[in-house]
Amino acid sequence: MATFGVLVFPGSNCDHDAYHALKHVMNSDVKFLWHKDTDLSGIDFLIVPGGFSYGDYLRSGAIARFSPVMQEVVKFAEKGGPVMGICNGFQILLEAGLIPGAMMHNEKLKFVCKNVYIRTESTDSIFTSGLEKGQVLDIPVSHGEGNYFIEEDGLKSLQDNDQILFRYCDAQGELTKEANFNGSVDHIAGICNKGRNVLGMMPHPERAMEKLLGSEDGKPIFESILNSLSVA
Amino acid sequence: MYKAKVNVTLRPSILDPKGKAAHHALQNLGLKEVQQVRIGKFIELDVDAKDEAAAKEIVESACTQLLANEVMEDFEITIES
Repeated sequence: MATFGVLVFPGSNCDHDAYHALKHVMNSDVKFLWHKDTDLSGIDFLIVPGGFSYGDYLRSGAIARFSPVMQEVVKFAEKGGPVMGICNGFQILLEAGLIPGAMMHNEKLKFVCKNVYIRTESTDSIFTSGLEKGQVLDIPVSHGEGNYFIEEDGLKSLQDNDQILFRYCDAQGELTKEANFNGSVDHIAGICNKGRNVLGMMPHPERAMEKLLGSEDGKPIFESILNSLSVA
Repeated sequence: MYKAKVNVTLRPSILDPKGKAAHHALQNLGLKEVQQVRIGKFIELDVDAKDEAAAKEIVESACTQLLANEVMEDFEITIES
């Protein structure tokens, strides 16, 4: 069975959500990895969780990127190992250069904590293979700096290489201006790298795993991941 | 010992929501002459280097690796002895 590793930085606060989602909802093996750990042996899939690593000092994710464990995460990813960064984890992966772009303050400066809709834009990845193209998911967001930015050339490259996996939309799957609540370029909610083994997304699928808590639309993402890991 | 002063600013093409909010507040204060506000970061570093050029090189490396994110920010360095 595949083993997941969930990174823990000082200031992470969704590490236990990710652990719970994988261990108790998906019945998988999960291990926490402290930011000073450098041994990733036995880990098949890495999760960089949400939170406020190192207090978001300087820029979100800027300090975490230099932690000992992140040096190993970069090596793991460069060898093709699957990595998923959620929220602050996305910001850390951007700072580490594993995926292109940067995060700015939300357009309206407010910290936004609510359920939003995202549309599946590509099913060509281990993270989305079990979804339908165009499938709308109801997933919570919780961030102040999720306004994704990339220069025009970079955006074109993301589009041409089918790297945009999720976009903010309304309940019907339309890309309305209101649905893009944080001002992200091209409604971007989640993208992968060119190698398609690293995903960064601002919404929290690990918090949408049980009907009792509002939505279980995060589950198909983890089911996709587990399926591809068992095939590999 | 050299003192380095670094200004980190958002690149001109990038919308600055904090600057916009401050600008709006200044308009409310009656300072209608203020046309635009851009907010950045000011960072001071004490650097032990053999000369000014060496100090600048060290600070440049600090900026490109950590202090600024060049995807969205520019930086300017001033070195004082």
